[in-house]
Amino acid sequence: MPTQFTPVSALIGGALIGLAATWLLLSLGRIAGISGILNSTVDGDAGRGWRVAFLVGLVIAAGAWFAWSGAPGRHGFPLPWLIAGGLLVGFGTRLGNGCTSGHGICGLARLSKRSLLAVLVFMAAGFSTVYVLRHVIGGVA
Amino acid sequence: MRPIVHGAIAGALFGLGLAVSGMTDPDKVLNFLDLAGHWDPSLALVMGGALAVALPGFAWVRRRGRTLSGDPMPTPPSTTIDRRLLLGSALFGIGWGIAGYCPGPALANLAHGTQEAVVFVVALLAGSQLARLVART
Repeated sequence: MPTQFTPVSALIGGALIGLAATWLLLSLGRIAGISGILNSTVDGDAGRGWRVAFLVGLVIAAGAWFAWSGAPGRHGFPLPWLIAGGLLVGFGTRLGNGCTSGHGICGLARLSKRSLLAVLVFMAAGFSTVYVLRHVIGGVA
Repeated sequence: MRPIVHGAIAGALFGLGLAVSGMTDPDKVLNFLDLAGHWDPSLALVMGGALAVALPGFAWVRRRGRTLSGDPMPTPPSTTIDRRLLLGSALFGIGWGIAGYCPGPALANLAHGTQEAVVFVVALLAGSQLARLVART
């Protein structure tokens, strides 16, 4: 489905994400990588309290915005593709030690070469995948 | 303040930022990745906005050298570039391009309570545990 380019809300939302990452580093010395925080929580690593609070805060704040703005969730996406996507995202972010937030925002903000490379690889993979699914095979999403 | 308060503040700012930016809409993410279709560049500006704050923010915290409670900064994460990083990032990118969710927006979508958000997050957790078993990470 086509979407509108929303530069102002993108910049404001992005700034809030950057503020969140800076706050976590300043207050606890931690990196705001969602996959890492989620994995440590599920694995039962020590120091789980702040991680659980982070994840709960994330879901509640997003939910408050959805309720206020009336943004709908997506429905009807093909189930097998959803499961395949979820498995790959979970597997890949654990193997590669980070996702869009950990490598993409915190890693780049730390000027990490490792994270820059990770970002280039997952962006290239994402662009290629959408190209193949929408324009070569067609009709998936 | 206690760590859980800091964690909750950071998480709430993060979740609000994701929702405000529209990145919780997987169609916006897929349209960013679709250069040959109805391209929506919003995601690039989300990263730009985040880095505009986090680049100087991280530099300032690093110069400060201590957390708010006065503890020294923990050592930064690994800097090794290896096959695991490249393969993991490639698989993540493929999954991201299939469904349009990366981990943060997927979790935020649990607030919608949609079946697809729940299915995606369960699959993500399963994939992560699988990687833990296979690659012993």
